[in-house]
Order: sequence, then C-alpha cells, then structure tokens
Amino acid sequence: MNAHFTLDLAADVRELLAYPFMVNALQAAGIAAVMAAVTGWFMVLRRETFAGHTLSMMSFPGAAAAALAGLPLAAGYFAFCAGGALVVAGTGVAGTGSRPASGRGAEAQRAAAIGTVGAGALAIGFVLLSVYGGVLENLESLLFGSIFGVTRGEVLTLAIVAVCTLACLAVLGRPLLFASVDGMLAGASGVPVGAVSTAFLVLLGLAVAATAQITGILLVFALLVAPAAIARELTPRIALGLTLSVVFGLTVAWLGLALSYFTNYSAGFFTTSAAVALFALARAARRLGVVR
Amino acid sequence: MVFEAFFANALLAGSCIAIASGLLGWFVVLRGQVFAGDALSHVAFTGALAAAAVGLGLRAGLFAATVLVALVIAALGARSRADDVSIGIVFVWVLGLGVFFLDRFNSSGGGSSATIAARTLFGSLFGLTAGEARLAALIAAGTALALLAVGRPLLFTSIDAPLAAASGAPVRALGFAFLILLGIVAAEATQAVGALLLLGLLAAPAGAAHRLTANPYRGMALAAGIALLAMWGGLALSYWVAALAPGAAVILVAAGIYALTMVV
Repeated sequence: MNAHFTLDLAADVRELLAYPFMVNALQAAGIAAVMAAVTGWFMVLRRETFAGHTLSMMSFPGAAAAALAGLPLAAGYFAFCAGGALVVAGTGVAGTGSRPASGRGAEAQRAAAIGTVGAGALAIGFVLLSVYGGVLENLESLLFGSIFGVTRGEVLTLAIVAVCTLACLAVLGRPLLFASVDGMLAGASGVPVGAVSTAFLVLLGLAVAATAQITGILLVFALLVAPAAIARELTPRIALGLTLSVVFGLTVAWLGLALSYFTNYSAGFFTTSAAVALFALARAARRLGVVR
Repeated sequence: MVFEAFFANALLAGSCIAIASGLLGWFVVLRGQVFAGDALSHVAFTGALAAAAVGLGLRAGLFAATVLVALVIAALGARSRADDVSIGIVFVWVLGLGVFFLDRFNSSGGGSSATIAARTLFGSLFGLTAGEARLAALIAAGTALALLAVGRPLLFTSIDAPLAAASGAPVRALGFAFLILLGIVAAEATQAVGALLLLGLLAAPAGAAHRLTANPYRGMALAAGIALLAMWGGLALSYWVAALAPGAAVILVAAGIYALTMVV
C-alpha cells in the first residue's frame, strides 16, 4: 500500500475511497458510530456508563463460546451481550431485597454487582478460550478489532442491526427520556420504568455487540461514551444533543480511520485521542461559559 | 516444603494480594468508586504494554501508569466525586494509548505482543519467581497496613464527607491517598489475576461483604476473608484442573461466592 498524505485534501479523500476494503471500513465505522452515538447519549444521560462498559466486555466470552460451539462469532456476541444486559438489569431489581433500593448505598451495591458480573464473564471467556485451545493470536483482533478486514456481509449485518436498534429507540424514546430524567414521576404517571430500563439495556447490549465486531471489544466504549459526553457538555437539549453526538461520533470514527490509513498506527488510538481532545475543548468551553 | 516451589510462590503472593484487594475493595464499594477501580485495572494493561514498548520492566510501567492515572482521577474528582463520564473519558484514552503501544511494540519486533498482552490481561500467578513473590507480598502487606493506618478517618470521610470536612478531617488528602493505594494494589494484583479480572477481586468479595453486614470492621474483615478464600480456592482449582488459568479460577470462585450472597 502506498499511502501518501498530501496537502490536497480532496486527493486524500479520493485515495481513501480507492480501495474496497477502505470503503467497507468507512461504512462500517460510520454505521457503528451513529448507532453508538445515539444509544450512548441515552447511556450517559442515564448514568449507565459502567453498565455499558460491562456489556462490551460480554462480547469476549460470547466470541469464545461461539468459537467453541462452532457457531458464527456474531451469534455469540449477540447472545452474550443481550443475556448480559438482562443480568445487569437484574442487579437493579435484586437491590430491592433486604437492602435499600435507592440512594448512594444501593447504587454502590449495584456497581459492585455489575463489576462482579463483568469480571466473572471475562473469566468464563478466558476459560472457554483455553478449552478451545490456543487462539490467543486472535486475542488482539478480538480486543482491538480488525476494521480493515470488514466484509460486505458484515457491513450489511451491521446496517440491519443499526436500523432495528435505532427504530426501537425511537419507539422507546419518550418513555425512556421520561424515566431517565425523573424515574419517580415517570413511575407515578404510569410509565413501566423497570421494563423500559431493561429494554434499554438490551438495546444497548445489541448495539455494543454489533459495534464490538467492528471496533474490537475494548474500543466500543470509545464510540459509546465519548461523542455523547462531548455533546452533553455542549447542550442539555435533546434533539440538538443527539445530533451533535452523531456528528462527533462520525467525525472521530472517520478521522481515526483516515489517520490510521496514512500512518502505521491503529485507528483506535487516533479515534480515542481525537475524542478526548474534543471532550477537553468542550469542557473548557463550558467552564468558560461559551456554551450552555 | 509441602508444595512445589511455584505453587508456594503463588500462594504467598496471592494471599497477600487478596487481603489487600479485599480491604481496599470494601472502601471502593463504600465510596462508590467501582468504575474508577475498573478504569485503573485497564490502565495497568496500557502501562505494561507501554513498558514493553520502550523496553522497561513490566513492574515499573504498571506502577507508574496506575499511580499516575489514580492521581488524574483523584484530581478530576477533587471538587466533587469524579463523575462516571470523566472517568469514562480517561478510560477511553487509556485504552487508545494501549493500542498505540501495542502497535509500537509490534513494529519494534520485540517478540510476541500476544504473549505480553495475554500475560498482562489475565495474569501469571504460577509464573512468579520466589523473589517476585516476596516483593509482591511485601508491597501488598504494606498497602494493607497503610490503609488500616488511615482507616478511621477514611471511613468517616467516605460515609459523610461534609461532616468529616467540618470536623477538620483532610477529605481531599484522604481521597488522593486512597486512590494512590488503589493504584498500587491495581498494579500488584494485575500480576496475579491480570488487568481484565482485577475488578473481580476488588468488587466481588467487597460486594458480598457489603451485602452480608453493615458493620464496617466486620465488613472489612469479611471482604478480606472472602478474597482470601477465593484466592485459595482458585489456586487449588487451577492446580488440579490444568485447563483453568489461576487468574480466571480465582475470579470464578469470587463471583460464585458473590452469587451465593445474592441467594441467601
């Protein structure tokens, strides 16, 4: 590959789009970024960042179990992420037993439960992997993705999942927003808060599973939390926030891919660095009173 | 010696690390800093890769990285408690840097990065030499003692920070000190159970202890005891079942104990 970055940006973009593998990568990253940005915005609003991260970890035992059973890896990703979402949702319900159901103590309890679920799932994944027998050379692509090896079929699957997830979120949107902003009031006005929360976690799990196959398990989190966090720094408004989140998601995802193409480093590094830089700028702007 | 040498090393280092993790974990859950603990455990991964990329010892990289990020998280939360979005952003960048160092390491051709990655991610308790085990035990014991030394004021500030501040307790300094201790334990425990599983050792025994008792001293003792039990159980399991790596076995036992407390 003779990748040359020139100051002629139009020529650079033409070069980026000259290879089919690069087009696939850009499409996959774009779809994943949009889906992650929208679900991530709700995740940040609901303060479920930790749960989101734990769900992304579920992909690891999922992939290992699918490999062991001889199933397509995607099946494992989706099954484990959705299952993990139900377990994580269950930790919220379990807190209502002998312990206080609300307040900081219950929240900390729940975090401990989620952390235990995440670590337990990873341990199971590792055991499955060692039973499967030495596929550790694939560990790196499992964890950090192989975006330049995405096929047409994978792009199509991703697009279908993205459309379904976004459609469900659109249907769920109003009660979800209500339940997220004021759960007590929403419950009092007849919104099934528990069911809505569980449904959202399952959607989050599906989005994470689809994204993890493209970006790798460890970097899903970048597309999920960073664009949403930047948007939330800039505006409390809903439509504007969601739009900004999508714009930032696409920006960092494509920027990362382009920079990765012209250098020898992975897209993940550039994507996360761009995201962190934008977040720092946004927070500085907010502190200085430029926005919000 | 009753045990083979590698098992005795693992037992010594593992026991001390388990006690330290259990004690610190109890405060981590109390203070609602589980996510920060998770972030620190991933920092350990990046730190080890960074050290490998520039050719330093793993241990140096681990400690430098975790303590540094612990300070960053403490500084972010200096005014209030660090919100999970700030931690998430730090987290994201740390992982991105991990990828960067993995690339550096691959291009420098310094051996198999997959081995380093696997070792860092999942630990290598059975691979410790006697010297390493003694050092690990010393560091873990030192951390546990340091924690107990600040235990009372830390407990006070964790439960009611405004009241503690009003009665003159150094809330900020204690917050920093606690996260630094957590960084040290994270680096230490990474060598035992690995960066990805470390959270299990922090959260599971402590979470179980918090479920079982609200009494702080009983809770701390219980957390340390459960962690120790998980460590011994896990080591024994992986000794008998060859396919089971020690780190994974320890976490499975810890998660199992936690699940039991959900039922009880």
